[in-house]
Amino acid sequence: MAKAINNIRPVYQPGFAASPPIDQTGVEERASRFTKRSIKKESKTNGLKLVLNMIDLTTLEGKDTVGKVKQLCYKAMHPHDALEGLPTVAAVCVYPSMVKVAAKALEGSGIRVASVATAFPSGQAPRDVKLRDTRMAVNDGADEIDMVISRGKFHEGEYNYVFDEIAAIKEACGDARLKVILETGELGTFDKVRRASDIAMHAGADFIKTSTGKIQPAATMPVTLVMLEAIRDFYYNTGKMVGMKPAGGISKSKLALHYLVMVKEVLGDAWLNNEWFRFGASSLANDVLMQLVKEKTGAYQSAPYFSVD
Amino acid sequence: MPVLKTYKIYIGGQFPRTESGRYYSPVNKRGQKLANVCLCSRKDLRDAVVSARGAAGGWSGRAAFNRSQILYRMAEMLEGRRAQFLDELQQMDYSAASAEEEINLSIDRLIYYAGWCDKYQQLFSSVNPVGSPHFNFSVPEPTGVVAAIAPQQSALLGLVSIMAPIIAGGNTLVIMASENKPLAAVTFAEVLHSSDLPGGVVNILTGKPGEILSWMADHMDINAVVYTEKDETAKKLLREKSAGNLKRVHFYDQTDWKTDKAESPYFILDCQEIKTTWHPVENNAGSGGGY
Repeated sequence: MAKAINNIRPVYQPGFAASPPIDQTGVEERASRFTKRSIKKESKTNGLKLVLNMIDLTTLEGKDTVGKVKQLCYKAMHPHDALEGLPTVAAVCVYPSMVKVAAKALEGSGIRVASVATAFPSGQAPRDVKLRDTRMAVNDGADEIDMVISRGKFHEGEYNYVFDEIAAIKEACGDARLKVILETGELGTFDKVRRASDIAMHAGADFIKTSTGKIQPAATMPVTLVMLEAIRDFYYNTGKMVGMKPAGGISKSKLALHYLVMVKEVLGDAWLNNEWFRFGASSLANDVLMQLVKEKTGAYQSAPYFSVD
Repeated sequence: MPVLKTYKIYIGGQFPRTESGRYYSPVNKRGQKLANVCLCSRKDLRDAVVSARGAAGGWSGRAAFNRSQILYRMAEMLEGRRAQFLDELQQMDYSAASAEEEINLSIDRLIYYAGWCDKYQQLFSSVNPVGSPHFNFSVPEPTGVVAAIAPQQSALLGLVSIMAPIIAGGNTLVIMASENKPLAAVTFAEVLHSSDLPGGVVNILTGKPGEILSWMADHMDINAVVYTEKDETAKKLLREKSAGNLKRVHFYDQTDWKTDKAESPYFILDCQEIKTTWHPVENNAGSGGGY
């Protein structure tokens, strides 16, 4: 880390061929250490509330209806009214066709509307289609855009294409914050994850995000660690903060708390809020709520007593 | 120098150690340590209930006949391990003859409930006369996730007698083995494991019921509790705390699990809910018209 500080160049030139190689075993070992922290009682309650406040409550299905999106927005604003003093979630994440519905439902609540765009989840569409997809979502009221990178081009070594595409989408976003989905499950190696992270951040990403949730494996702690370290190095080199969003496969509170520990120990407190860290999830919210009620009442909880997500 | 075997628990079709890392060593009447046995904590109960809930949909959805086949297979597997059970029961103060009897009755009991799997529905269902144009019928459905404390004095037969009717009825189960006689219960988990019983349908914990009882009664995701001891304080606690989610509480006065009274389809009925359906009927031919 110290070395990176000393190496700040006057004008930072991204060299994607020079993304550092990743020590897979080391990363996995390090990531497993974060799961050994014991977080109990009050810290646990506070941690769980923070997790809830960082969730992008998500529904991305072909069968989504206006009713489903409205119901999800209601849940975003009222996670569990029986329990007082709960924060809301950070955002509701939907397909572009549902942005209008979500924006209307969430009006005045402070909860942001996130929309996937750019031919999510495959990204296999011409660039002008992706740009129109993005503009439509932004015009309809999306505060945040979750784009996917062109993994095919990335594997072909067309890094400039990937870079230019992200930059073009960023421009189309206007004031909306851009989250760039790397789809790490399709990238294959940590080296490629690191390189894709570097490309995305230099091209203007406000957030980098692991996965669409449609491909397995989705978010894992090691892959998130690689991305967090890329964010850290980028910060040291440029002074710019970039957010992180692991998505897919994080459905248990305990795991979410492990992620918070990792963020704190890699990036620090500045990232421990929903401006800079998000969970892309749907079922995580209910598990967090069940744990919070358990902390309060002392009784283990049952899913049917919580709203459908 | 002999090293005592560490008996592990059975959760979700796997044999983990207790998450607490604790153990205890029950002793028989001759003062011999039986084994090192997991001293389960509330978190093992929590994990077991998660497994039981996960398995509930699949198990209750199985064809009744298939459940019957699996119970029958359990009996066969138990028969195949007779020698090991004989040995363990005798370590736990059974005479050779009473150990033999315990095993035989356990096998018989499994076969008895295997037979009932696809028959209790007919016995407990009814078509009800109603004064409106409805076909009205009531059928039993499994209660859901059941938690039980196995009888303390009967190492194998007690556990089998409590378990069999609960799972025959399509419920899933978390059961705590006899505190001082746990060996046969843990070995029985190995029988379950080789009987095509899906993981999570039966989960077996070991340890001190006194530590777990309150968490069991409080647990919102347990739908019924079965308790067979005479401890009135424990019963009161179970009755009161179970009100939290209106779970069913069943106390059995049975002490002798060897008699015919210890087996009955009414044990199955205890962990069933009766669902009544009103199905409109129309007599098209008679009325000369439809809707």
